[in-house]
Amino acid sequence: MLNETKVVGLPLSRIDGPLKVSGSAKYAADHGGHGMLHGYAVPATVATGRIVEIETGLAERFPGVIKIYTHENRPRTAKDDDKWKDAVALPGHPFRPLENDRILYDGQPIAMVVAESFEAARDAASLVRVRYVAEEPHTDLGREQTRSYVPPQPRREEFVPPEPRGDPQGAFGDAPFKISSEYRLEGEYHNPMELFASTVLWEKDGFLTIHDKTQGSQNSRDYVCNVFGLDPEKVTVKNSFVGGAFGSGLRPKHQLFLAVMAALDLKQSVKVEMSRREMFYLTWRPATIQTVSLAADREGRLLSVMHHALQATSRYEDYQENVVNWSGLAYKCDNVRLSYGLAELDVSTPGDMRAPGAATGVTALEMAMDELAYEVGIDPVELRLRNFATRDQNQDKQFTSKALDACYREGAARFGWDGRSFAPRSMRDGNDLVGWGMATGIWEATIMPAEAKVRLSADGKAAVSAAASDIGTGTYTVLGQVAAEALGVPIDDVTVLIGDSSLPKTGVEGGSWTAASSGSAVQAASDAVRNTLLKHAKSMPNSPFGQASQDEVTLAEGRLVLDRNHQVGVSIGDIMDAAGVSFIEEHGKVAPDQEQAKKFISYTHSAVFVEVKVDEELGVPRVTRVVSAVAGGRVLNPKTARSQILGGVVMGVGMALHEEGMVDHRTGRIMNHNIAEYHMPAHADVEDIEVIFVHEEDDKVSPLGAKGLGEIGIIGVAAAVSNAIFHATGKRIRHFPITIDKILETSEEVRCS
Amino acid sequence: MDKGTPSSALPTCAISLNINGTNRVLDIHPWVTLLDLLRGPMELTGTKKGCDHGQCGACTVLIDGERVNACLKLAVSIDGAEITTIEGLGTPQDMHPMQKAFVEHDAFQCGYCTAGQICSAVGLVAEGRAHSRAEIRELMSGNLCRCGAYTNIADAIEHVLDQEGVTPLREAAE
Amino acid sequence: MRPFSYTRAETVQDAVIALAADPGAQLLASGTNLVDLMKYDVAHPTAIVDINRLPLKEIEDLPGGGLRIGALASNSAVAYDRRVQERYPLLSSAILAGASPQLRNAATTGGNLLQRTRCFYFYDPSTPCNKREPGSGCSAIGGTNRIHAILGASDKCIATHPSDMCVALAALGATVEIEGPDGRRDLAMTDFHRLPGDQPERDNTLAPGEMVTAIRLEGNHFARHHTYLKLRGRLSYAFALVSVAAAIDIADGEIVDLRVALGGVAHKPWRDTLAEAEFAGQPADEATFRGIAGRLLAAAKGQGGNDFKIPLAEKAIVRALRQAASGTPQDQVVKAVQ
Repeated sequence: MLNETKVVGLPLSRIDGPLKVSGSAKYAADHGGHGMLHGYAVPATVATGRIVEIETGLAERFPGVIKIYTHENRPRTAKDDDKWKDAVALPGHPFRPLENDRILYDGQPIAMVVAESFEAARDAASLVRVRYVAEEPHTDLGREQTRSYVPPQPRREEFVPPEPRGDPQGAFGDAPFKISSEYRLEGEYHNPMELFASTVLWEKDGFLTIHDKTQGSQNSRDYVCNVFGLDPEKVTVKNSFVGGAFGSGLRPKHQLFLAVMAALDLKQSVKVEMSRREMFYLTWRPATIQTVSLAADREGRLLSVMHHALQATSRYEDYQENVVNWSGLAYKCDNVRLSYGLAELDVSTPGDMRAPGAATGVTALEMAMDELAYEVGIDPVELRLRNFATRDQNQDKQFTSKALDACYREGAARFGWDGRSFAPRSMRDGNDLVGWGMATGIWEATIMPAEAKVRLSADGKAAVSAAASDIGTGTYTVLGQVAAEALGVPIDDVTVLIGDSSLPKTGVEGGSWTAASSGSAVQAASDAVRNTLLKHAKSMPNSPFGQASQDEVTLAEGRLVLDRNHQVGVSIGDIMDAAGVSFIEEHGKVAPDQEQAKKFISYTHSAVFVEVKVDEELGVPRVTRVVSAVAGGRVLNPKTARSQILGGVVMGVGMALHEEGMVDHRTGRIMNHNIAEYHMPAHADVEDIEVIFVHEEDDKVSPLGAKGLGEIGIIGVAAAVSNAIFHATGKRIRHFPITIDKILETSEEVRCS
Repeated sequence: MDKGTPSSALPTCAISLNINGTNRVLDIHPWVTLLDLLRGPMELTGTKKGCDHGQCGACTVLIDGERVNACLKLAVSIDGAEITTIEGLGTPQDMHPMQKAFVEHDAFQCGYCTAGQICSAVGLVAEGRAHSRAEIRELMSGNLCRCGAYTNIADAIEHVLDQEGVTPLREAAE
Repeated sequence: MRPFSYTRAETVQDAVIALAADPGAQLLASGTNLVDLMKYDVAHPTAIVDINRLPLKEIEDLPGGGLRIGALASNSAVAYDRRVQERYPLLSSAILAGASPQLRNAATTGGNLLQRTRCFYFYDPSTPCNKREPGSGCSAIGGTNRIHAILGASDKCIATHPSDMCVALAALGATVEIEGPDGRRDLAMTDFHRLPGDQPERDNTLAPGEMVTAIRLEGNHFARHHTYLKLRGRLSYAFALVSVAAAIDIADGEIVDLRVALGGVAHKPWRDTLAEAEFAGQPADEATFRGIAGRLLAAAKGQGGNDFKIPLAEKAIVRALRQAASGTPQDQVVKAVQ
């Protein structure tokens, strides 16, 4: 039904664009207005230990202060861990703010000042004096390697590495070409531009409306209801606009708890907005140490793949990612061993950050593949083509589609890859060494259970609603496009209502599944609207539809018409008039196809090509050109889809060159907890980025034929940058971020001559 | 001070500001920043707080026509100034050319840094010093965008510069 | 932030009197650094004296081709002033290498001189820091010190001065005009900031109650051979890891006069006038440049996390001198190092 592009597939501007560019889009902290109380949290300044004393007297006397909450006076909440577990909770014990005197990580909230104004709350918070007994912190993953363990309770079964296949060790030993390297990534912090905030509007009858920065309004609602024992009918969480999240908003954050706690206790509306500093204490992409060993025959065919990853987690939860499994399915290889371990640190629990696992694991694999290409002496793209996998060997399943070969071909052509000289240090531009590197990207393409409601009115206006979120992803626009096309109305006549927990059930916005999942639910609801219209139309006197089935009619230009002849039809206004209704509203629902999943699996793929220039003398690296070719199934909106990829590439450049939480391991504290010193790419760091969507048809991945695009843009970028830096300089730098000092201090690889 | 003393017990200063064309006489505590004044009492929440320390540019507004970080300005210190915020540039129904260009070029994703980017871009155009793509990039580097919309932001600004009769790239080549 | 009293000075005299009268008083110009430090609970002035109304915004010509830049002239106003661009392009370039356009629009010349270190520990009141709290210790020694000093540090403090503008002013031999309770005085820019020694809480040599009213620049011969080269963690809007302001007066391929000042490496813009004098008369060539770099960094000492700054500074000095000698100063818009 959606094989012909009318609205879906057009590069429309965002329908929420005018609101966003005019300051009219309201984010979590933009609500409220007069009469709000303001909360300001006090972060712990040790990484592990106990609070001996909290002296709040000075702060309490600060003009405008209403109340100060600490573990000593926190109102009662749920006792059981189960009540504290949100929809995407991890194995372990969820963090409970102000629970007791125990400090689990640097920056843990240990008190909150509530005051008449933001200024009074902030200023009084600096007067809260805390005495701790600090214990020796363990925050250096490198030093905790000997204490690693396999997580006893998997986060998801799919994350557990598959059993080894073949004889990887033996094949490695016998192979003519082999590499084995260690790759390190320092901790990264999401730092969306919007500060985490919750505005709790307290109403006398016990109703709460909460504007929360979250990637799932229903997840926040359920958490609040469980923790505080509230009636879900009386709590509405809204996240109409979310100022970026990148995974940091998947789980409820402490400001939500603190704001609701204070609102319930004080029976007043309360707003809690974090400081930028607190944004470093919420969650993070965990520090990771990986070893990848690859072996190949003389033609470059992989004989052995071994990949081990060690990741940091907290003392209280076992955060886990799929880091290594990619290495068992990215390329064809019969001898594979994959393993994964955790080490506990005195840190906040890591969390999903754009392409969790793949951004880390595929990056290591793709750096290793580049090393192998140079070991064997063949072009990096050619090496990948020679090992092209046509089947997921981990799960022994068929791909629903895989146009990765087109990504290599079209990406390389656009980039001009065939003009590349193989030898490192062979390309120059003035004082710069020029390097070209590439990498493959892979991400899972899934849909999650999702629901949506679609209402079509007699005047031809439509309304879509679902508890989905738009965190910058273009959800508003894409859902509007799907409905407009299915209902045959102009996009301007479609209203999209999302970001509200009272709307049809939708999971958290993450994992690149929203467009495909909620989009398919909107499609299903729109189809149901059409079917109801048909039913009504058939009851009309002299109905032209006779025995026409649901598949033989379509909605076009405000009329229900026969597919084979659009001249035959009735206007939707007339149908509704005849039926005595002013609108038709239907529910749509999708869920993954379990039967199909037994035989098929879906991934989004990419090939990313990067040009770097590195000043030969000073080691200053710049990414000057990127081409990202993506196979993401059907592209619902090329304009917003392209933006998703651009954003992923930019964050990948940050991962490669800039981002690094600097921890003082003597105290276990993050010292660059601000965005002047935690560098993420600025405008000057980003030059040309080209995005290509290669043609890929997939009738199985989702009812819309779309795969997600939120994560794929970042995957492989850091590897391609590192590979390009090698090509430029002859230096393999396997420790991110690749800063000036690492470039200057690393020796050129001797074996590459 | 005793417990429970209201904020109103602390001294205030009278200032006047022209905000988006309207004169406002205000009585404020001297430690209130322009950003908190706009977002709080003025209810102009289009201006965003991204770091509160001059590290991100999300709070960029125009003070007497110049782009400035509102978070580091004590409101009391700019008594008498003319402030233009994003709300003063245009509305969803009647957008400023820069706002239109941002929509057209998809120069934002989450939209949170956008008000600051647009005010900064309007300031940049008025300054008249961006004549090439590289100059746009350098002179917009005080506005971080975590969604990574930079290339689209540069496109939008270039579009507006072109419309204003400046052809940035050609000029740079000459 | 803590509550403070707020007054507006109408004259320089007012400001000096108010400042001298109250040890808790601080002057507020743009506030770009002070308000930031107050929000981070690092600075707690009890009285703020707003000097924004003082008539110190002018940039005036001086006899002999010099300029007098008022303390309240904004960084942008100075950087884009045609006279500054023609006579002191090094200063213009250094200013444009720092911060962001909107910060430069606000930040003032005097404020730039008085901005405080970006040391992580100084900025975090929960950690010991001799500069913030004398006698409490230096957390950066043995800690996270990637951004710290390699020259002139003490066992009390290894912080660096973060300014770009001041590095150029030091190289150009600017004079700081100061007004205080005892009247006016002039101070050489190179004597304005100080090394930490046993008193890292003192960034500069201003006496209590004194304020900066202007910067004076003499006529010079550095408008042709100069550069400001800045190396940092990203390509814009970041403080220097290492920066070099270099200016050479060259005649017949020989150095007549030489200025090199370093940023990001010490508690003050680092300049060694003795070393500069030694190289007068030498050919402006690679060997000389390497000699200068070696001489400037002879006493450099790393702290672990910043060891890389020593070889980086060495290469940066050579490169900057090369840029200056060839008359191809670094354009701050161009990200390739020229």
